[in-house]
Amino acid sequence: MAIISKSPVLVVVQLSGGNDFMNTVVPFTNGIYHDSRKSLAVREEDTLPLNDQLAWNPVAAPLKELYDKGNVAIVQGIGYENQNRSHFRGMDIWHTCEPDKIVTQGWLGKAMKEIDPNGENVVTGVSFGQGLPRAMVAPGVPVTSVSDLDTFGVMSGIGAREQRDTALKIFERMYTPAIGLGVVSDYLAQTGTNALASADILSTVPGNYTSTVEYASNPISKSLRDVARVHLSGLGTRVFYTQHGGYDTHATQLAVHPRLLGDLSRAIMDFFQDLRDHNASEEVVMLVFTEFGRRIKDNGSGTDHGSGGGAFIIGDRVKGGLYGQYPSLESDQLVNGEDLGYNVDFRSVYSTLLEQWMSLDPIPIVNGRYDQLNPFMD
Amino acid sequence: MTEKDLSLISHLMRRAGFGASREEIESYASKDYEEIVEDLLNPERFPEYDTDMVSRYMQGTLVGDSLAEAQAAWMLRMAYSPRPLEERMTLFWHHVFASGWNKHEHVPVCTNQIETFRKYCMSDMQTILIELSKDPLMVGWLDNSENHRDAPNENYAREIMELFSMGVGNYSENDIKEAARAFTGWTMTQCIPLYPFGSYSPRFKFRADDHDYGEKTFLGETGNLDGYDIVDIIVKQPATARFIARHLYNFFVADEPQVPAWNIQPPGDPSAVDLLSKTFAESKGDLREVLRVLFNADFFKNARFKKIKSPVDLVVGTVKIAGTHKIPQPSTEGLAAATKLMGQALMDAPTVEGWHTGHEWVDSGTLTERVNFATNHMANIASPGIQDIIARIKSNGPNISPEVFLDSCLDLMGPIEIDETTRSSLMVFANQAGGLMFGDGESDADSSDKIRQMLQLVVSSPEYQFA
Repeated sequence: MAIISKSPVLVVVQLSGGNDFMNTVVPFTNGIYHDSRKSLAVREEDTLPLNDQLAWNPVAAPLKELYDKGNVAIVQGIGYENQNRSHFRGMDIWHTCEPDKIVTQGWLGKAMKEIDPNGENVVTGVSFGQGLPRAMVAPGVPVTSVSDLDTFGVMSGIGAREQRDTALKIFERMYTPAIGLGVVSDYLAQTGTNALASADILSTVPGNYTSTVEYASNPISKSLRDVARVHLSGLGTRVFYTQHGGYDTHATQLAVHPRLLGDLSRAIMDFFQDLRDHNASEEVVMLVFTEFGRRIKDNGSGTDHGSGGGAFIIGDRVKGGLYGQYPSLESDQLVNGEDLGYNVDFRSVYSTLLEQWMSLDPIPIVNGRYDQLNPFMD
Repeated sequence: MTEKDLSLISHLMRRAGFGASREEIESYASKDYEEIVEDLLNPERFPEYDTDMVSRYMQGTLVGDSLAEAQAAWMLRMAYSPRPLEERMTLFWHHVFASGWNKHEHVPVCTNQIETFRKYCMSDMQTILIELSKDPLMVGWLDNSENHRDAPNENYAREIMELFSMGVGNYSENDIKEAARAFTGWTMTQCIPLYPFGSYSPRFKFRADDHDYGEKTFLGETGNLDGYDIVDIIVKQPATARFIARHLYNFFVADEPQVPAWNIQPPGDPSAVDLLSKTFAESKGDLREVLRVLFNADFFKNARFKKIKSPVDLVVGTVKIAGTHKIPQPSTEGLAAATKLMGQALMDAPTVEGWHTGHEWVDSGTLTERVNFATNHMANIASPGIQDIIARIKSNGPNISPEVFLDSCLDLMGPIEIDETTRSSLMVFANQAGGLMFGDGESDADSSDKIRQMLQLVVSSPEYQFA
């Protein structure tokens, strides 16, 4: 169990589309890798080795720097039994921990229900970007979803103070939860009520923030800067969620994937630097995940949907290093005859984070007992 | 013409189009409901939308270098096309066949796809899937341009079945591989450089030398199958009839669970989906036939205010009530930014899986964006739609009670139906305003401003989130 003085915070970064783990942490000395990736293999001389078999993609230099400082746990071969190659279902399974049925509750939503059972703080969970991920959803759990932190606020366009006050009072009354209107109307009422409350709270954030870190101007940097701004405002947010899209690299992967991975690495580096400068990094752990890894053999231009992949757990309190086994590339060890397998169930990683970091009972949240890793310092 | 007729026509136009002003509803009401439906189903009875104004005031739409202008221009067309269902069905196919600008960052290939959807939107499923398979944006978006005889790429083959026609659970991984082979060589021409002729969409191209002419087995049928055969076989599948029927129900009638749940969760109204599915199968996928049955069914007529508006519905519907942007304004491009902040950038789907709909459109962030857009859009008394509402209320003057004040606003904006909580909340304002009084310039101005404030409150209500 990691001992820290402040309440632990979890930041989840979702790489949407299926990040190519093999070109992120590259098995650079493996002949099968180079044979399978005729068009896409990262050249051995370009890689940034982390041991004699694995190396970072060169664009992930900032992540390597964090790794070398001991702040990055690489979870190799993460996945689950009978992995679903559909984006839709794949992501849904990661969000809900339910591989066989469709449910509406997400694992982080259930975690927040434990952290804040009465939904007293509407910013216990904050999601940045368009749309609320199912992972953050659970009945009765208020989650604040922010598309633009700088203009967030209900009816902020009504200039006349008195008119706006009247309008907000009526808004509050219209969105008062009532009985017997049906599920969707209940949800809407609760959402309107929460929007008012969270707007009040978050309106103070932009004015309170100063930093010497210059984030890059790309979506993931903007999102992680917003996470930093809200975290540094000390509003009691315990779970942050953000998404980085575009990883579905079926084609022109050499043009697309390095850019995304480079943006991501730099953004993560800047984010932790920003927190460290404000003495607010120790209580933060980040999970970076994606819905599946990609096919071992490239298709000439990109890679098709695969199975096993990789995830990262990052933070000052993390015991950096390699966790799990890098999935075998030998043909008799493959899933579907062509994909990397898995040896760490994603629910093991969730359980680890929930129990060892957030001090929550993981069993009801991930729907079962899973072996845990030990990625935190004592 | 009864109040009930107006309400039903208003419902039809919100769903089959993007709403209607009171003047438009009154003109529709000279016909029977079934005749209005036939007019909608036969857009060729009406002139095409004139793009002249858009071209003149939004020149980026001619050069094709601004996605935001292209998005906004499409929204104007939704609002003001004389063929509302044509635009609605174009949006339907865009919703089902979600694809986007963000992969290739080329606007003309996106608008070209929308034109294709518009042209074939009410034809038959066979034609639609073939046109889709040849569409250059789709060819690039799902990498069929990288699907080669000697190196098949499965992306399009998987998604045409999973997302575009049958849904998961109705085919095997092997069917995907075989379909991929059948679509080898279906590619597109190179884009010509932007200069000196401007930006144009590439075109579909079949490369026989890159096509796999070998024997394939797909969903039980064996032969030298090509893309046409794959589409033929797909359209015959009962799963396709059911999948499209459910999409139509979800899009036009009432919100269903998200698409991936469809092979697990039964439809909310099984008999309605059965009826649409049966019509689809019997008509060999004739969309006009299915829509005719849908719009004339009681399950449709009774589904008022049961569906969460998509961001585009909310924005275009609000524009229609206010009567704004008939001629493009400098602010017209802002309509694109508005729907994007609400989670729906037209021609720019977030991923191949498209958009999550229903109540998933709404969270605390997007609800804030929706309310703010709508209240801001109702802020200007000079807007033609607001002027019309004021004039109609004034004609019942000179003295209007608080109750009538509220009821008139709700009536002229829809009619919009609200529940007791919302009514009592809005009555707080109506009572505070003390009703309306018309007469001299000062009282007219005062009453107009009160109407404007009431419209702003109505568009921020929970009920306004529903279509």
